[in-house]
Amino acid sequence: MSHIQRFPSSAKAASTNPLKMSQPLGAALAYLGVDRCLPLFHGSQGCTAFGLVLLVRHFREAIPLQTTAMDQVSTILGGYDNLEQAIRTIVERNKPAMIGVATTGVTETKGEDMGGQYTLFRQRNPDIADTALVFANTPDFAGGFEDGFAAAVTAIVERLVEPSPVCIPTQVNVLAGSHLSPGDVEELRDIIEGFGLSPILLPDLSLSMAGRQPSGFTATSLGGVTVDQIRAMGASAATIVVGEHMRVAGNALELKTDVPSHFFSRLTGLEATDKLVRLLMELSGRPAPARLRRQRESLVDAMLDGHFFYSRKRIAVALEPDLLYAVAGFLADLGAEVVAAVSPTQSPVLERLKAATVMVGDHSDVETLARDADLIVSNSHGRQGAARIGVPLHRMGLPMFDRLGAGLRVQVGYRGSRELLCDIGNLFLAREMEHGSETHDHGEAHGCGGGSCGCNAV
Amino acid sequence: MLQDKIQDVFNEPGCTTNQAKSAKEKKKGCTKSLKPGAAAGGCAYDGAMIVLQPIADAAHLVHGPIACLGNAWDNRGTRSSGSQLYRTGFTTDLSELDVIGGGEKKLYRAIKEIVQQYDPPAVFVYQTCVPAMTGDDIAAVCRFASQKLGKPVIPVDAPGFVGSKNLGNKLAGEALLEHVIGTVEPDHTTPTDICIIGEYNLAGELWLVKPLLDEIGIRLLSCISGDGRYREVAQAHRARVTMMVCSQALVNVGRKMEERYGIPYFEGSFYGVSDMSDSLRTMARMLVERGADRGLIDRAEGVIAREESRVWRRLEPYKPRFEGKRVLLFTGGVKSWSMVSALEGAGLTILGTSTKKSTREDKERIKKMKGEEFHQWDDLKPRDIHKMLVDDQADIMMSGGRSQFISLKAKVPWLDINQERHHAYAGYDGIVNLCEEIDKTLSNPIWRQVRRPAPWESGPSSTLLAAE
Repeated sequence: MSHIQRFPSSAKAASTNPLKMSQPLGAALAYLGVDRCLPLFHGSQGCTAFGLVLLVRHFREAIPLQTTAMDQVSTILGGYDNLEQAIRTIVERNKPAMIGVATTGVTETKGEDMGGQYTLFRQRNPDIADTALVFANTPDFAGGFEDGFAAAVTAIVERLVEPSPVCIPTQVNVLAGSHLSPGDVEELRDIIEGFGLSPILLPDLSLSMAGRQPSGFTATSLGGVTVDQIRAMGASAATIVVGEHMRVAGNALELKTDVPSHFFSRLTGLEATDKLVRLLMELSGRPAPARLRRQRESLVDAMLDGHFFYSRKRIAVALEPDLLYAVAGFLADLGAEVVAAVSPTQSPVLERLKAATVMVGDHSDVETLARDADLIVSNSHGRQGAARIGVPLHRMGLPMFDRLGAGLRVQVGYRGSRELLCDIGNLFLAREMEHGSETHDHGEAHGCGGGSCGCNAV
Repeated sequence: MLQDKIQDVFNEPGCTTNQAKSAKEKKKGCTKSLKPGAAAGGCAYDGAMIVLQPIADAAHLVHGPIACLGNAWDNRGTRSSGSQLYRTGFTTDLSELDVIGGGEKKLYRAIKEIVQQYDPPAVFVYQTCVPAMTGDDIAAVCRFASQKLGKPVIPVDAPGFVGSKNLGNKLAGEALLEHVIGTVEPDHTTPTDICIIGEYNLAGELWLVKPLLDEIGIRLLSCISGDGRYREVAQAHRARVTMMVCSQALVNVGRKMEERYGIPYFEGSFYGVSDMSDSLRTMARMLVERGADRGLIDRAEGVIAREESRVWRRLEPYKPRFEGKRVLLFTGGVKSWSMVSALEGAGLTILGTSTKKSTREDKERIKKMKGEEFHQWDDLKPRDIHKMLVDDQADIMMSGGRSQFISLKAKVPWLDINQERHHAYAGYDGIVNLCEEIDKTLSNPIWRQVRRPAPWESGPSSTLLAAE
């Protein structure tokens, strides 16, 4: 792969079968990882309805999400009144610990001054001073899902985290990017706790989006990192920043609290996980627990067993930038050839991506680029195009509305990497088995590595 | 201009809710002002998409920032027997620069790209809030594109913030009346040509009805818009009779087609046995009144008699299983009363139904059918629904997808009867499908298991003994 073709922006006027989702949606997901939170879109009620349906279909969970219900008149006259009324109504009815506000295209086109409105709101409403309020600017017409998630996490850090005079040596912060599923976050917590450390994960989707069974009716998020925990992040010994889009929030946190941060571009794959484990050994002064050692052995073994099926496989990947970077990197590590890496939005990680073609595009671009690929890795929206060109699709990312347990998949750490390796490897293996039974021909064309696929080639 | 159209829609004389209003109330319109922080539901653009997107061979282009399409495409169960172009999501994906500099040129280029690449019979262009604010004139761009490219390019002016989904339904209807209906002449017409308005072929429901129409000898000239084709919709003005399925949504289209082309319309429903039979009967009668062969009525009666006896025979096995089972029904408008009668026919007990979207006439009808003590909830809060379920007041809840977790988290069976559903419930076969789905859910063995306490909760002391 000597030459990499890069297309940093789409030349088309009509985005076709979009891969991109909007910023407020990303912000809503980040807010949902805070305990007893109610995300609020500052915009027309349709913005909320669409976002809600998408998240419900992906997580198969009730999604608390409200709207300031802007109409034509309030859009033109200014949205402060709607915002104030919405927040007051939510506090009265649902008593959340935090309300996370995300602007939309409507309020951003008008140019609502959110900083000013925050101050004004606090001045006029001293009676609800104990409800945390976080405002993030997330215009629909700029950036995308990942940027919105990042904006919300940064806003939470800037609004709530406080510097601390003491340091708790066993407490570690984790800024968990939007490419980590609730299952991934749970896995990360397990790994970190295995070293005797107590992590504060921001946001913590594993506690809110992993299938909770509430005892009563709740209109806010159930579980997640608490506001008090967020305030206490300044007392941690270190911050683990996962994903390029968490870098700004990581910097903000370090600037505010002097807690040193450690950056990880990805946590999928052997070397990436080794790097994390090395850091955790250093921070805790403890050896790696036996369970983690066994998991590493098991991943190494899966790599040995599985590499036959990955070598020179041509794969097109279309995902949000940081997940794209993690998955494309992991596949390349296993000997596959990433023929196309398609991102919905621009991001610094695209510069570092290694693929025959790296582009900002949509599912129709994937359809064109993946014509002679062996596999497409993308979200559920990729299924129509994949079917048209007859290339199998492995679903990752969001939305994944045609699979159960979409939010619970694990693809980080030794165990998660092994799961992902086996899931994708099995697709190749199944194809080769099919081919074997059709032709009974085990010539050079059948690249199973001499019977490793279970055929009788030896 | 858009304001005039909205006023016109609010004034709709065909709407029964409207008929009961004073002139002042009418001017205020039917959009209830929403309460910030406690609102739910879609916007006008959403409503317009629901009506028009089932036109399967047309391209549907959303002019707006990514949220309007990117968060929302590929999420409806409307089906097509041919072209799948309607499932392709097109958007101008407006960026910051388009907001500042205007998006009209980009919109034109997008239309051109779509026409060149996909060659659809028409392109529908949907206006959204942001370009409506910045002043993009989509009607002008569509006119220009239409001339330049030699194809109908139809502006759908229903930006989200003008109102509710229902208003969007009607504005989409206005777009059809203004730009589409009456622009194509059919190859031939017959005295039994009909047009069905407001049926979207969700989960393929229209296909449970159409074979019966064929058998009776009624030709479905045009369906707005389930399994629709652009040409068929455009020739709707040659129908002899119009049936309005979801009357609240598109009453303006039916009434204006009567006004302009003299096509009489009636309101009907395909949900439930008696409603289905009534619809077929009315269709045949009205066609005969307009000059179709009298034999049509006999053929319709023959089909109705056969299907009714067949459906009751097929529902018989469910009756003992459904005895004493109580249903909470949450659905919009017309579906409420047609479903109530259908489900009771199968032996279920309906505790009550939501009438938020029903007309006064609908409500009267339910009252007459069910008596005063039957619950009709106008605006029940999720918290209250949850309480009813937890208090064991119902055995199953039937509603749309967004409220499913109120029921499931209370560990009470739930069935999807809204637009994302996977099963077809229309027509005679549909009601059997519905009962089968209810039975499958009610009799599933998980309910007993998921309600058991965890080992660490103080359960009944017999737990250990009961272990196998």
